[in-house]
Amino acid sequence: MADPITPVLTKRWLSPNSWTIQSYEALEGYTAIRKALKATPEQIVQLVKDSGLRGRGGAGFPAGIKWSFMPPNEDKPHYLVINADEGEPGTCKDIPLMMADPHSLVEGCIIASYAMRSHHCFIYVRGEALHCIRRLNAAVREAYEAGYLGKNILDSGFDLDITVHAGAGAYICGEETALLDSLEGRRGQPRLKPPFPAAAGLYAAPTTVNNVETIASAPYIVNGGSDWFRQMGREKSPGPKIYSISGHVEKPGQYECPLGTTLRELLDMAGGMKDGIPLKFWTPGGSSTPMFTEEHLDVPLDFEGAAEAGSMLGTTAVQVFNETVSVPWAVMKWTQFYEHESCGKCTPCREGTYWLVQILERMVEGHGTEEDIDTLLDVCDNILGRSFCALGDGAVSPIQSGIKYFREEFLALCEINKRELVGAQA
Amino acid sequence: MSTQPGTTPTPEPGTSLAEQTHIAAGGDVDVIAIAPDSAEAAGILEHAKLEDIFDADTYAKAQNLISRYPQSRSALLPMLHLVQSVQGYVSQEGIAFCARNLDLSDAEVSAVATFYTMYKRRPCGEHLVSVCTNTLCAAMGGDAIYKKLQTHLGSEEKPLGQNETAGTPNEPGSITLEHAECLAACDLAPVIQVDYEYFDNQTEDKAVALVDALRAGKKPAPTRGAPLTSFRGAELQLAGFFPEDAQQYRTDVDGPSQAVETLRGAQVAQDRGWTAPAMQDVPLPEVEKK
Repeated sequence: MADPITPVLTKRWLSPNSWTIQSYEALEGYTAIRKALKATPEQIVQLVKDSGLRGRGGAGFPAGIKWSFMPPNEDKPHYLVINADEGEPGTCKDIPLMMADPHSLVEGCIIASYAMRSHHCFIYVRGEALHCIRRLNAAVREAYEAGYLGKNILDSGFDLDITVHAGAGAYICGEETALLDSLEGRRGQPRLKPPFPAAAGLYAAPTTVNNVETIASAPYIVNGGSDWFRQMGREKSPGPKIYSISGHVEKPGQYECPLGTTLRELLDMAGGMKDGIPLKFWTPGGSSTPMFTEEHLDVPLDFEGAAEAGSMLGTTAVQVFNETVSVPWAVMKWTQFYEHESCGKCTPCREGTYWLVQILERMVEGHGTEEDIDTLLDVCDNILGRSFCALGDGAVSPIQSGIKYFREEFLALCEINKRELVGAQA
Repeated sequence: MSTQPGTTPTPEPGTSLAEQTHIAAGGDVDVIAIAPDSAEAAGILEHAKLEDIFDADTYAKAQNLISRYPQSRSALLPMLHLVQSVQGYVSQEGIAFCARNLDLSDAEVSAVATFYTMYKRRPCGEHLVSVCTNTLCAAMGGDAIYKKLQTHLGSEEKPLGQNETAGTPNEPGSITLEHAECLAACDLAPVIQVDYEYFDNQTEDKAVALVDALRAGKKPAPTRGAPLTSFRGAELQLAGFFPEDAQQYRTDVDGPSQAVETLRGAQVAQDRGWTAPAMQDVPLPEVEKK
């Protein structure tokens, strides 16, 4: 049984100037690539498959399997693209990671690129994260100077270039195919799949898009092996995971725990609810994951556990709200976000979020009727599963789960109007 | 340009500037006469003429950006940041500049520039102040902070709106205000960014003091990030150009980031002696060579 907190990705964060190459190398940095570059690409892919590492960007797709989709030949150049467009409401794990330990991401990029026979890697960072962009640029520059990037890395014959690319403020670019369009200098709108990126991604060449935390895990798996990795977490969701606890708790912050940790355990580490005001609702992994209530305190937060309880693990962005927060208001705020960020490519999402916001705003202002609740759910049904990408699905999560657990609160907003009608009839 | 005998060549999309398009319509076409409203069209050729306000250094930077990518169009997003670092927004001239460098049409560049929130369509102030008003920050006080700044930078009667500027754009002490979507610093809520550097754990009073200092020409130190320069200075870095002076570069990179919240889990683990399982040096799995 692993300890409640298992610092792997976060183990260097307390060190002074942890972002410099000197600190990184002093703490086992760039040892994993020496081991990896002596092996074959197939061995690395097999190792990552064995480890059971699942994508940390929200969907949880097994990373080793994704890597194995890349064609073995090099008829076209292969690309590795790092999705560092962190923007899911509540999610704040990749940005501190890139600030505190950018070299772990760079080393992960080298290992993953080698495994997938890629010689050019792009790190697509959201534009608002200027300090991360600065740190990553510095890390890449230091890595070139030290011979970890460029031609013939450590005499292995392997060449790799890394380009740090700044986005420009669009949540949709966190969707992998929208990210690729954006990286090609276009509007960030999702592509139809198939073809999947491994067949036709960046510049229509074989491409793998991975989240920051996923790739940053690679050096540790290479050094420790798959059995070591599996000592943390659960059977189908192994490994450590950075849980970002925010909101009405005494000590919000980043806690790297084995997958499967519960909110009760996390709250205990985070000093409990702020000022002792009771918990009302929370999200297990950002606003696109259906909300939970206090009855879900003991749900194991891994990919299976969260799904069995009716939500998703998402990005383990645990946003905690106490009794003072109105659910319809919170749902309205989130819906405004999705409406603003909908890229406009498909009709259900573009039109649906537009109408959802108007209904919710009307309800929160106190002009709603009971019928509005049915209309909301009806519109949600027409978005869920009918949109081009997962943004639409995410947009309905807070509404459906909010009404499921807190219908009374939505009804209470309509109560006033009922009375007014009665008065008018009298 | 396709030319068949007896017809006027059709202008093709490409690098052509507006006036070239008109010229391409051919000397035999009186564009003003055939316009729906010839009075309005009078002088259109003069108006269409866009001044090239970008200097040789900016052109060199644009070429540098192109060299970083396998295909030139990938340089468009950084190039739009570059344009903003010169003008403080994406102007029509800026769009033409990108189009010229990338062999795209102005329309293709406009389509991209208008899609992304960070490309500003009106001149910005010396500083851009972004207040996170997504649900969690809003519940922790972000909405109240934004409202306070709207009236503080504007007035009770006329609060400052989204992307509006207090003061004259680009003049010292001017501030553009916006409410932003989740800025990925939820454990430090509510947050504000000034020129994309973090000011964490804000309150109404702290936010007012912050903007007052900016208006007075001061550069308050961010909680996490490099010392402030300006919106345009930040945009130059987003384009991928960092200070050439080694000392300045180091100071920027080493700007603070180790917030108490960021380190909390690692700190608790250290205090309680919790660690990840120890690693053994194990060989990589054997696989059959295909």
